Amino acid sequence: MSENLISVNNVSVNFDYQENFISKKQKIHAVNNINIKIKKGSFFGLVGESGSGKTTLGRAILGANKISSGNVIFHDDERDYDLTNINKQDLKEYRKKAQLIFQDPYAALSPRMTVRDIIAEPLEVMRITNSRQETDDRVRDIASKCRLNLEHLRRFPHAFSGGQRQRISIARALVSNPKFIVADESVAALDVSIQADILNLLKQLQNELNLTYLFISHDLSVVAHVCDIVAVMYLGHIVEMAPSRKLFKNPKHSYTKALLSSIPSIDPENKSKAIELKGEIPSALNPPSGCVFRTRCPNPCDNCRNGNTEMGLIEVEPGHWVDQCCVNCS
Amino acid sequence: MSHLLEVKNLDVKFDTDEGRITAVENISLSLDQGKVLGIVGESGSGKSVTAKAIMQLNPGNTNYNDDAEIILDNENVLRFTSKDDLKKIRGGKVSMIFQEPMASFAPAIKIGAQMVEQLLIHKDINKNEAKEISINMLQRVGIADAEKRFNQYAFELSGGMRQRAMIAMALSTMPKLLLADEPTTALDVTIQAQVINLIKDIIQEYQMGVIFITHDLGVIAQIADDVAVMYLGSVVEKGPVNKILKNPKHPYTKGLLEALPDVNNLDAPLRPIPGNIPSPLDRPSACVFRTRCPNPCDNCREGKTEMGLMEVEPGHWVDQCCINCG
Repeated sequence: MSENLISVNNVSVNFDYQENFISKKQKIHAVNNINIKIKKGSFFGLVGESGSGKTTLGRAILGANKISSGNVIFHDDERDYDLTNINKQDLKEYRKKAQLIFQDPYAALSPRMTVRDIIAEPLEVMRITNSRQETDDRVRDIASKCRLNLEHLRRFPHAFSGGQRQRISIARALVSNPKFIVADESVAALDVSIQADILNLLKQLQNELNLTYLFISHDLSVVAHVCDIVAVMYLGHIVEMAPSRKLFKNPKHSYTKALLSSIPSIDPENKSKAIELKGEIPSALNPPSGCVFRTRCPNPCDNCRNGNTEMGLIEVEPGHWVDQCCVNCS
Repeated sequence: MSHLLEVKNLDVKFDTDEGRITAVENISLSLDQGKVLGIVGESGSGKSVTAKAIMQLNPGNTNYNDDAEIILDNENVLRFTSKDDLKKIRGGKVSMIFQEPMASFAPAIKIGAQMVEQLLIHKDINKNEAKEISINMLQRVGIADAEKRFNQYAFELSGGMRQRAMIAMALSTMPKLLLADEPTTALDVTIQAQVINLIKDIIQEYQMGVIFITHDLGVIAQIADDVAVMYLGSVVEKGPVNKILKNPKHPYTKGLLEALPDVNNLDAPLRPIPGNIPSPLDRPSACVFRTRCPNPCDNCREGKTEMGLMEVEPGHWVDQCCINCG
């Protein structure tokens, strides 16, 4: 039995793009050559700016996006699922075991369904339960685990605040008894006071139900608090990956350093010493050659600047992986 | 010296099908030239409604109380009714930057044309001068190829660039007061750092007053001189940023600070503020915070207390219920 739940091997995801019907077909390189292993029971964080490919990678792992090359393997107890060539029957099985929690709890819940129906829908669609009684039992069980009152089940989503709605989304994702959860910016739309509550709930459910998370976020301070391992993405590449404490104490890649220094400090006397990155993330249609970060790197070496370097993670300390360009540069 | 802006005893109520909703109750704020007043609070706390009241941008079902005053530059904005008067504040003396820069530009009109249009309304200049001012302003906010961007549409610009263009547009009329409503919330941290530095430079240069609305206490710490913490339409604590963030007195402010994940202390548990923000339709009577207060006193719990700010230290005001509670 493998200790990993998910292995992502050399995965790339490209999208076809055509500006209009006479122009040339182009490829958007959303995710490039990613290798990650997610251990059972871990809280794996994925951070990066918008456009860095976090969501695409998360969806690729769930089988919701086509993988252009490489493969994703889900190691279940008895057998492995290879997502790149999976048959329909297996995909249905896989969907029961891997679920997604969305960002916006206001958009994710149908306004015309009661909370009970929203939570029960996956059970009915996936034909997991056989009787209404059984469905109701499971809905009640998961609702109380997500700290929803039973009287809430009869109401419609509009009656709930953001935090409560997010708890409903979580209950729906968990009702099929999954092993793996992708939480895509699941606290980004919430106020800080409620964000902490949802994060604590996710942690608690992880222990109770033996879950493994892929937690996608752009908020480093949130990731630092909940995740065991963090991978930093930039323009479709992972540029640094390490246990979260190591990464936050001792970031190696200049992009990670810049991200960390950009978090505004809540100490008014500690006026920002942010390493300001020039410009913005380049378009994935036309990524820089060589090291993708070179156009914004504060101190690129000559090789980098000319686009002569090749990206790839190297292990600088046990468990701490950094893109080799950056190690050579500085 | 009189303040640039003074808001006194402002109530804002909306008439809706479900009844009259109190969005803001008894708020008093003041702001001097060249200073930044941060307003923090969760969603639904009335931050944006307060800012919109200053520009008279709240919708038609809004009710203001009779004794409220919003004095901007020695004139009471709430007494303005004619279009000419309103034009003086909207875009003239006051400019606003919104959260979502994509939604605030017209999608089918070039950025440049929108900038020129508002300049022509507020300034006595011709088109060429307006274009020149606009391009200068775009350069000033750090947009490369300002001339090219001037002739582009909003969708051709990236998020950070759009927010810069929005700032350029807001500043080109040289307002005395800038209302920034969550201007960095939709941006990535690296771009947020750029925009914060830009706004700071601009305040230095033009000496305008800024009201900076955000829910992010980190951003407030970096940019504001004074802070007002709002909860469910009331200011529960206000004062200099140093005092509020280093020595908060109100349990809500403390709660907000504790709920914030701190990168420098990963072992600290995340402490949410218990409970949910009550709906404005059933706003608690008396102290609005009592339903979520960690240790309400008996008077509070029964709704017998009255809210009102008390000065605990020079310049540091806290709601009196909470001081009595302990």
